[in-house]
Amino acid sequence: MKPRFIAIMQKEFIHIWRDPRSLTIIILLPLVMIFLYGYAITFDIKEIKIGILDQDRSPTSREMVRQLTKSGYFVVTADLHDRSEIEPAFLGRKIVAAVIIPDNFSRDLNTSFRIPVQLLVDGSNSNLATVTINYIKTFFLTYSLQINARLLNAPIDMQPRVWYNPDLKSANFIAPGLVAVIMMLICALLTSATIARERETGTMEQILVSPIRSAEIIVGKTFPYIFLAIIDAIAIVVFAWVVFKVPFRGHPLLFLFFAVVYVYTCLSLGIFISARVKTQQVALMAAQLVTTLPSLLLSGFIFPIVSMPKVLQLISYIVPAKYFLVIIRSVMLKGVGMAALWQPTLFLLVFGTLLLFISVKRFKTNLEG
Amino acid sequence: MNNPVQIPYSVQVEELTRCFGSFVAVDHITFNVADGEIFGFLGANGAGKTTTIKMLCGLLLPTSGKGFVEGFNIYTQSDQIKQNIGYMSQKFSLYEDLLVRENLEFYGGIYGLDNHTLRQTIETSVMATGLREHLEKLTRDIPVGWKQRLALTCAILHKPKILFLDEPTGGVDPISRHQFWSLIYELAEKGTTVFVTTHYMEEAEYCNRLSIMHNGRIMDIGAPQTLKEKYKQSTIEDVFIQLVKK
Repeated sequence: MKPRFIAIMQKEFIHIWRDPRSLTIIILLPLVMIFLYGYAITFDIKEIKIGILDQDRSPTSREMVRQLTKSGYFVVTADLHDRSEIEPAFLGRKIVAAVIIPDNFSRDLNTSFRIPVQLLVDGSNSNLATVTINYIKTFFLTYSLQINARLLNAPIDMQPRVWYNPDLKSANFIAPGLVAVIMMLICALLTSATIARERETGTMEQILVSPIRSAEIIVGKTFPYIFLAIIDAIAIVVFAWVVFKVPFRGHPLLFLFFAVVYVYTCLSLGIFISARVKTQQVALMAAQLVTTLPSLLLSGFIFPIVSMPKVLQLISYIVPAKYFLVIIRSVMLKGVGMAALWQPTLFLLVFGTLLLFISVKRFKTNLEG
Repeated sequence: MNNPVQIPYSVQVEELTRCFGSFVAVDHITFNVADGEIFGFLGANGAGKTTTIKMLCGLLLPTSGKGFVEGFNIYTQSDQIKQNIGYMSQKFSLYEDLLVRENLEFYGGIYGLDNHTLRQTIETSVMATGLREHLEKLTRDIPVGWKQRLALTCAILHKPKILFLDEPTGGVDPISRHQFWSLIYELAEKGTTVFVTTHYMEEAEYCNRLSIMHNGRIMDIGAPQTLKEKYKQSTIEDVFIQLVKK
């Protein structure tokens, strides 16, 4: 006798292959996201537009501005002559920040200890504003030290060095996150939708009058998605490595092991959802709410969890993607092994098993109802 | 335990009841269906026809009463029952995005038919039903009459002893309905028991025996001709109206 779950599996592959929406999520979405996040939405700061109001107009002040722009982080897009020109430049989006260098800047530089240099920043993009302030602050700190070093000996010489991602490249940060999000989409969103669809069209009933067991149905229906999710994960990592030179320092087999653990958790979540909904529409909406959004927003994929409000931080503790992100970033960028990662791994396993446990009984009766 | 109790009946039901909360969907019904019989369940929507079929197919547990299908207990032996029954509902339960052939292969596959047997069975059934010319078409593209025939073919690939049809001809034109019934007769002649629910009165006339159901109860059972004579009516429709009005 041919195993019965094979029939379900084959049929499921055909569904995916003929459904533009599934194909979009499995093939197109990872590609689009990796290019978007990799190229377009870079979180690295480059060529921030600034305006300079140089009231000193001395060689020293001009030299300082040259040093400021030398880094490539800033480009002077407005040479301002009067304070009244600042606001129109902001409103016309010609500049993001304005630096005001006072009269007598060069004269006071060697004598005074306090020279007021003003920085005005457009706060409508708060992220950009914060980064700009930090960059310019750092610049002036360094600049002051250069000047001051001649006057007194600075006792501390701080030498920052960034480990694991020395260039602070966004792609290194984003690629692992994409793996987490895409796998969640395929395993939780697509599976819950496909189970709901069978119920909606009545085909589930037709399957249930056959001698096939619930376990065979679940294995047959989920296997294609497990398979594709892991293929996608590997593809994203390889792609990030080839195109964006994102390093892969861990062991590939270890990566595969963690991917399987995460798939298990995602699938449990998908089954948990489908045990509670009756139509495809509701399944998709529920899955968006419980899987996609938290994975994007509350996992630390883009926004650091530590800077979130307390409530959201608490919620993030039950977002599986958060744990997987810790794991996969460590494996890819740091190359650490199992020993350092048992905690998040344990969470994913326990969380998945718990969900599966409370869903299976309900799932079965809901299949029938 | 797994040996069927030796009885001449395909279905035996005694005082079968199913409640949903305080609502009694099926109320102490008792009937037998003989081997090879075409047995009809006539009743309005909500009379309890589908609930009865679901209990017999192992999709729903009864609240109380006894039931045997092909000698197997509906409480404890649903696995054996499922191996021996075919089921087709009004929804046809086909995958619209699969080819006709793929639907057949799938429904054969979930009964564990191996590739060789499956191919042979599909070959003979598409010859018999005339589905052959549609084999490589997407199911969503074939007319509804053909879909109905396909659903029936899918339901009998594993050669069930008894076939349950839950309002199988809903939304189908009269000609297709007629053709469908000739397929049902062919099956019955080959020895398959057919259990069919309907609310079409003329369809009820096609059955060997008929059970008229109302509000979860069986009002009367008998051959269409016998029932008409008993209630002195010329059509089943009039018999039905008389029984329901009581």
